[in-house]
Amino acid sequence: MKKIIKKAFWNPEKEQTWLNEMAAKGLALSDYSFWRYVFEETDPGEYIYRIDLLEQDPRHPESEVFLKFLEDSGVSVVATYFKWVYLRKKAADGPFEVYSDVESRIRMYRRILQFWTSLLAMMMVAVLVNLGVFIAKFMTTGTPDMWISFAGGCFCGIVGVVLFITLVQPVRKQIKKTQREAIVFE
Amino acid sequence: MPESSERGSLTEAVFYILLALYEPLHGYGIMQKTGEWSRGRVILGAGTLYGAINTLLDKNWIQAYKSEDDSRKKEYVITDLGKRQVEDELLRLEERLQNGRMVTGGGAS
Repeated sequence: MKKIIKKAFWNPEKEQTWLNEMAAKGLALSDYSFWRYVFEETDPGEYIYRIDLLEQDPRHPESEVFLKFLEDSGVSVVATYFKWVYLRKKAADGPFEVYSDVESRIRMYRRILQFWTSLLAMMMVAVLVNLGVFIAKFMTTGTPDMWISFAGGCFCGIVGVVLFITLVQPVRKQIKKTQREAIVFE
Repeated sequence: MPESSERGSLTEAVFYILLALYEPLHGYGIMQKTGEWSRGRVILGAGTLYGAINTLLDKNWIQAYKSEDDSRKKEYVITDLGKRQVEDELLRLEERLQNGRMVTGGGAS
Protein backbone atom coordinates (compact mmCIF):
# COMPACT_ATOMS: atom_id res chain seq x y z
CA MET A 1 0.00 0.00 0.00
CA LYS A 2 1.32 3.38 -1.00
CA LYS A 3 0.54 6.60 0.72
CA ILE A 4 1.17 10.00 -0.81
CA ILE A 5 1.55 13.07 1.36
CA LYS A 6 1.94 16.58 -0.02
CA LYS A 7 3.94 18.72 2.32
CA ALA A 8 6.37 21.60 2.01
CA PHE A 9 9.58 21.81 4.01
CA TRP A 10 12.19 24.54 3.88
CA ASN A 11 14.41 23.19 6.58
CA PRO A 12 16.03 19.84 5.68
CA GLU A 13 16.77 19.16 9.35
CA LYS A 14 13.06 19.28 10.22
CA GLU A 15 12.23 17.33 7.08
CA GLN A 16 14.66 14.59 8.14
CA THR A 17 13.14 14.46 11.62
CA TRP A 18 9.68 14.13 10.10
CA LEU A 19 10.79 11.31 7.75
CA ASN A 20 12.25 9.42 10.71
CA GLU A 21 9.06 9.90 12.72
CA MET A 22 7.07 8.52 9.78
CA ALA A 23 9.47 5.57 9.46
CA ALA A 24 9.09 4.87 13.18
CA LYS A 25 5.34 4.60 12.56
CA GLY A 26 5.86 2.16 9.69
CA LEU A 27 5.67 4.56 6.78
CA ALA A 28 8.95 4.55 4.87
CA LEU A 29 9.69 7.13 2.19
CA SER A 30 10.13 5.45 -1.20
CA ASP A 31 10.10 8.44 -3.54
CA TYR A 32 10.14 12.21 -3.49
CA SER A 33 9.57 14.96 -6.00
CA PHE A 34 8.60 18.59 -5.42
CA TRP A 35 6.74 18.55 -2.07
CA ARG A 36 5.25 15.15 -2.87
CA TYR A 37 6.28 12.33 -0.55
CA VAL A 38 5.53 8.70 -1.45
CA PHE A 39 5.54 6.27 1.46
CA GLU A 40 5.43 2.49 1.55
CA GLU A 41 4.23 0.50 4.52
CA THR A 42 6.97 -1.32 6.43
CA ASP A 43 7.52 -2.63 9.91
CA PRO A 44 7.70 0.30 12.33
CA GLY A 45 11.27 1.57 12.68
CA GLU A 46 12.67 -0.56 9.89
CA TYR A 47 14.66 2.29 8.34
CA ILE A 48 16.68 5.30 9.40
CA TYR A 49 16.62 8.29 7.02
CA ARG A 50 19.26 10.92 6.32
CA ILE A 51 19.13 13.86 3.93
CA ASP A 52 22.40 14.92 2.33
CA LEU A 53 23.39 17.70 -0.04
CA LEU A 54 25.78 16.64 -2.81
CA GLU A 55 28.62 18.79 -4.10
CA GLN A 56 27.54 18.20 -7.70
CA ASP A 57 24.38 17.29 -9.54
CA PRO A 58 23.33 13.66 -8.84
CA ARG A 59 24.15 12.68 -12.44
CA HIS A 60 27.64 14.16 -12.31
CA PRO A 61 30.26 11.34 -12.51
CA GLU A 62 31.70 12.38 -9.13
CA SER A 63 28.27 12.08 -7.49
CA GLU A 64 27.66 8.74 -9.18
CA VAL A 65 30.88 7.33 -7.70
CA PHE A 66 29.91 8.66 -4.26
CA LEU A 67 26.36 7.29 -4.44
CA LYS A 68 27.67 3.92 -5.63
CA PHE A 69 30.02 3.91 -2.64
CA LEU A 70 27.09 4.57 -0.31
CA GLU A 71 25.09 1.75 -1.90
CA ASP A 72 28.04 -0.61 -1.45
CA SER A 73 28.07 0.18 2.26
CA GLY A 74 24.43 -0.73 2.78
CA VAL A 75 22.86 2.70 2.25
CA SER A 76 20.07 3.03 -0.31
CA VAL A 77 19.44 6.14 -2.31
CA VAL A 78 15.67 6.60 -2.09
CA ALA A 79 15.34 9.76 -4.15
CA THR A 80 17.35 12.68 -5.50
CA TYR A 81 16.08 16.22 -5.94
CA PHE A 82 18.41 18.88 -7.32
CA LYS A 83 21.56 18.26 -5.27
CA TRP A 84 19.58 16.87 -2.33
CA VAL A 85 19.60 13.10 -1.75
CA TYR A 86 17.29 11.07 0.47
CA LEU A 87 19.15 8.14 1.99
CA ARG A 88 18.05 5.29 4.18
CA LYS A 89 19.59 2.32 5.92
CA LYS A 90 18.07 -0.61 7.78
CA ALA A 91 17.93 0.22 11.47
CA ALA A 92 18.99 -3.37 12.22
CA ASP A 93 22.43 -2.59 10.72
CA GLY A 94 23.16 -0.19 13.56
CA PRO A 95 23.37 3.60 13.82
CA PHE A 96 23.38 5.54 10.57
CA GLU A 97 25.21 8.80 10.04
CA VAL A 98 26.65 9.81 6.68
CA TYR A 99 29.23 12.03 8.39
CA SER A 100 30.78 10.76 11.59
CA ASP A 101 33.50 13.33 12.25
CA VAL A 102 33.44 17.05 12.93
CA GLU A 103 35.43 17.99 9.85
CA SER A 104 33.12 16.37 7.31
CA ARG A 105 30.05 17.58 9.20
CA ILE A 106 31.25 21.18 8.97
CA ARG A 107 31.85 20.68 5.25
CA MET A 108 28.27 19.46 4.82
CA TYR A 109 26.86 22.46 6.73
CA ARG A 110 28.96 24.74 4.52
CA ARG A 111 27.40 23.18 1.40
CA ILE A 112 23.94 23.79 2.83
CA LEU A 113 24.87 27.37 3.74
CA GLN A 114 26.11 27.97 0.20
CA PHE A 115 22.85 26.57 -1.18
CA TRP A 116 20.70 28.92 0.94
CA THR A 117 22.97 31.88 0.29
CA SER A 118 22.62 31.48 -3.47
CA LEU A 119 18.83 31.31 -3.04
CA LEU A 120 18.99 34.47 -0.97
CA ALA A 121 21.12 36.20 -3.61
CA MET A 122 18.47 35.38 -6.23
CA MET A 123 15.83 36.95 -3.98
CA MET A 124 17.89 40.09 -3.59
CA VAL A 125 18.25 40.39 -7.38
CA ALA A 126 14.45 40.10 -7.66
CA VAL A 127 14.06 42.88 -5.06
CA LEU A 128 16.45 45.19 -6.91
CA VAL A 129 14.85 44.55 -10.33
CA ASN A 130 11.33 45.19 -9.03
CA LEU A 131 12.25 48.33 -7.11
CA GLY A 132 14.31 49.52 -10.10
CA VAL A 133 11.27 49.20 -12.35
CA PHE A 134 9.16 50.97 -9.73
CA ILE A 135 11.54 53.92 -9.45
CA ALA A 136 11.88 54.19 -13.24
CA LYS A 137 8.08 54.29 -13.67
CA PHE A 138 7.66 56.67 -10.76
CA MET A 139 10.12 59.13 -12.31
CA THR A 140 8.59 58.92 -15.81
CA THR A 141 5.01 57.86 -16.56
CA GLY A 142 3.83 57.38 -13.00
CA THR A 143 1.21 54.85 -14.16
CA PRO A 144 -0.57 52.98 -11.32
CA ASP A 145 0.96 49.61 -12.38
CA MET A 146 4.20 50.84 -10.82
CA TRP A 147 2.70 49.75 -7.50
CA ILE A 148 2.70 46.13 -8.73
CA SER A 149 6.47 46.33 -9.08
CA PHE A 150 6.68 47.99 -5.68
CA ALA A 151 4.61 45.25 -4.06
CA GLY A 152 6.61 42.56 -5.90
CA GLY A 153 9.86 44.05 -4.62
CA CYS A 154 8.56 44.23 -1.04
CA PHE A 155 7.25 40.68 -1.22
CA CYS A 156 10.61 39.29 -2.41
CA GLY A 157 12.33 41.36 0.29
CA ILE A 158 10.13 39.88 3.02
CA VAL A 159 10.66 36.35 1.70
CA GLY A 160 14.40 37.06 1.68
CA VAL A 161 14.36 38.19 5.31
CA VAL A 162 12.31 35.14 6.34
CA LEU A 163 14.73 32.84 4.48
CA PHE A 164 17.67 34.50 6.19
CA ILE A 165 16.19 34.17 9.68
CA THR A 166 14.81 30.64 9.32
CA LEU A 167 17.45 28.99 7.13
CA VAL A 168 20.74 30.87 6.87
CA GLN A 169 21.11 31.88 10.53
CA PRO A 170 20.52 28.40 12.04
CA VAL A 171 23.13 26.84 9.73
CA ARG A 172 25.65 29.57 10.57
CA LYS A 173 25.05 29.00 14.27
CA GLN A 174 25.42 25.26 13.77
CA ILE A 175 28.77 25.74 11.98
CA LYS A 176 30.07 27.97 14.79
CA LYS A 177 28.95 25.49 17.44
CA THR A 178 30.55 22.58 15.60
CA GLN A 179 33.80 24.50 15.11
CA ARG A 180 34.02 25.18 18.85
CA GLU A 181 33.50 21.49 19.45
CA ALA A 182 36.29 20.71 16.98
CA ILE A 183 38.84 22.36 19.29
CA VAL A 184 38.21 19.68 21.90
CA PHE A 185 37.07 16.63 19.93
CA GLU A 186 37.96 15.39 16.48
CA MET B 1 63.29 12.09 13.55
CA PRO B 2 61.21 11.33 10.49
CA GLU B 3 59.45 14.28 8.94
CA SER B 4 56.00 12.80 9.36
CA SER B 5 56.05 12.74 13.14
CA GLU B 6 56.43 16.51 13.23
CA ARG B 7 52.91 16.72 11.92
CA GLY B 8 49.91 16.29 14.16
CA SER B 9 48.55 12.94 15.13
CA LEU B 10 46.18 11.02 12.90
CA THR B 11 42.45 11.21 13.45
CA GLU B 12 40.92 8.11 14.94
CA ALA B 13 39.03 7.47 11.69
CA VAL B 14 42.18 7.66 9.55
CA PHE B 15 44.12 5.49 12.02
CA TYR B 16 41.52 2.72 11.86
CA ILE B 17 41.13 2.99 8.07
CA LEU B 18 44.89 2.54 7.61
CA LEU B 19 44.95 -0.31 10.09
CA ALA B 20 42.05 -2.07 8.37
CA LEU B 21 43.87 -1.84 5.04
CA TYR B 22 46.88 -3.93 6.10
CA GLU B 23 44.89 -6.45 4.09
CA PRO B 24 42.92 -5.47 0.96
CA LEU B 25 39.38 -4.44 1.79
CA HIS B 26 36.46 -2.51 0.34
CA GLY B 27 34.72 0.43 2.01
CA TYR B 28 32.06 -1.54 3.81
CA GLY B 29 34.70 -3.96 5.13
CA ILE B 30 36.63 -1.02 6.60
CA MET B 31 33.49 0.17 8.41
CA GLN B 32 32.78 -3.30 9.80
CA LYS B 33 36.35 -3.90 10.94
CA THR B 34 36.57 -0.51 12.64
CA GLY B 35 33.31 -1.14 14.44
CA GLU B 36 34.53 -4.57 15.54
CA TRP B 37 37.93 -3.36 16.82
CA SER B 38 36.44 -0.48 18.78
CA ARG B 39 33.53 -2.65 19.98
CA GLY B 40 31.02 -0.38 18.28
CA ARG B 41 32.46 2.87 19.63
CA VAL B 42 33.82 4.16 16.31
CA ILE B 43 31.14 4.05 13.63
CA LEU B 44 32.51 5.48 10.39
CA GLY B 45 29.92 7.38 8.37
CA ALA B 46 29.98 6.37 4.71
CA GLY B 47 30.39 10.01 3.66
CA THR B 48 33.28 10.54 6.05
CA LEU B 49 34.93 7.30 4.92
CA TYR B 50 34.52 8.25 1.27
CA GLY B 51 36.24 11.60 1.83
CA ALA B 52 39.02 10.00 3.89
CA ILE B 53 39.71 7.31 1.27
CA ASN B 54 40.07 9.94 -1.45
CA THR B 55 42.42 12.02 0.69
CA LEU B 56 44.54 8.96 1.58
CA LEU B 57 44.70 7.97 -2.12
CA ASP B 58 45.92 11.50 -2.96
CA LYS B 59 48.57 11.26 -0.24
CA ASN B 60 49.56 7.85 -1.58
CA TRP B 61 49.10 6.28 1.88
CA ILE B 62 46.73 3.74 0.34
CA GLN B 63 46.19 2.52 -3.22
CA ALA B 64 43.49 0.79 -5.24
CA TYR B 65 43.85 -2.99 -5.09
CA LYS B 66 43.19 -5.14 -8.13
CA SER B 67 41.57 -8.32 -6.90
CA GLU B 68 41.43 -11.50 -8.99
CA ASP B 69 37.75 -12.18 -8.39
CA ASP B 70 35.58 -9.73 -10.28
CA SER B 71 33.75 -8.37 -7.24
CA ARG B 72 32.36 -5.02 -8.25
CA LYS B 73 33.25 -3.31 -5.00
CA LYS B 74 36.48 -1.33 -5.15
CA GLU B 75 39.18 -2.59 -2.81
CA TYR B 76 42.08 -0.69 -1.29
CA VAL B 77 45.33 -1.60 0.42
CA ILE B 78 47.85 0.34 2.51
CA THR B 79 51.19 1.43 0.93
CA ASP B 80 54.64 1.44 2.57
CA LEU B 81 54.27 5.18 3.09
CA GLY B 82 50.95 4.53 4.83
CA LYS B 83 52.52 1.91 7.08
CA ARG B 84 55.16 4.45 8.14
CA GLN B 85 52.36 6.81 9.23
CA VAL B 86 50.79 4.08 11.35
CA GLU B 87 54.14 3.26 12.96
CA ASP B 88 54.79 6.92 13.76
CA GLU B 89 51.30 7.18 15.21
CA LEU B 90 51.96 4.20 17.47
CA LEU B 91 54.99 6.01 18.89
CA ARG B 92 52.90 9.11 19.55
CA LEU B 93 50.18 7.04 21.17
CA GLU B 94 52.69 5.25 23.38
CA GLU B 95 54.11 8.57 24.49
CA ARG B 96 50.62 9.83 25.34
CA LEU B 97 49.81 6.66 27.20
CA GLN B 98 53.05 6.73 29.22
CA ASN B 99 52.67 10.39 30.16
CA GLY B 100 49.03 9.90 31.04
CA ARG B 101 49.79 6.95 33.28
CA MET B 102 52.76 8.66 34.87
CA VAL B 103 50.71 11.70 35.90
CA THR B 104 47.50 9.97 36.92
CA GLY B 105 49.48 7.21 38.54
CA GLY B 106 47.07 4.67 37.22
CA GLY B 107 46.96 2.27 34.39
CA ALA B 108 43.95 0.80 32.79
CA SER B 109 42.79 -1.66 35.38
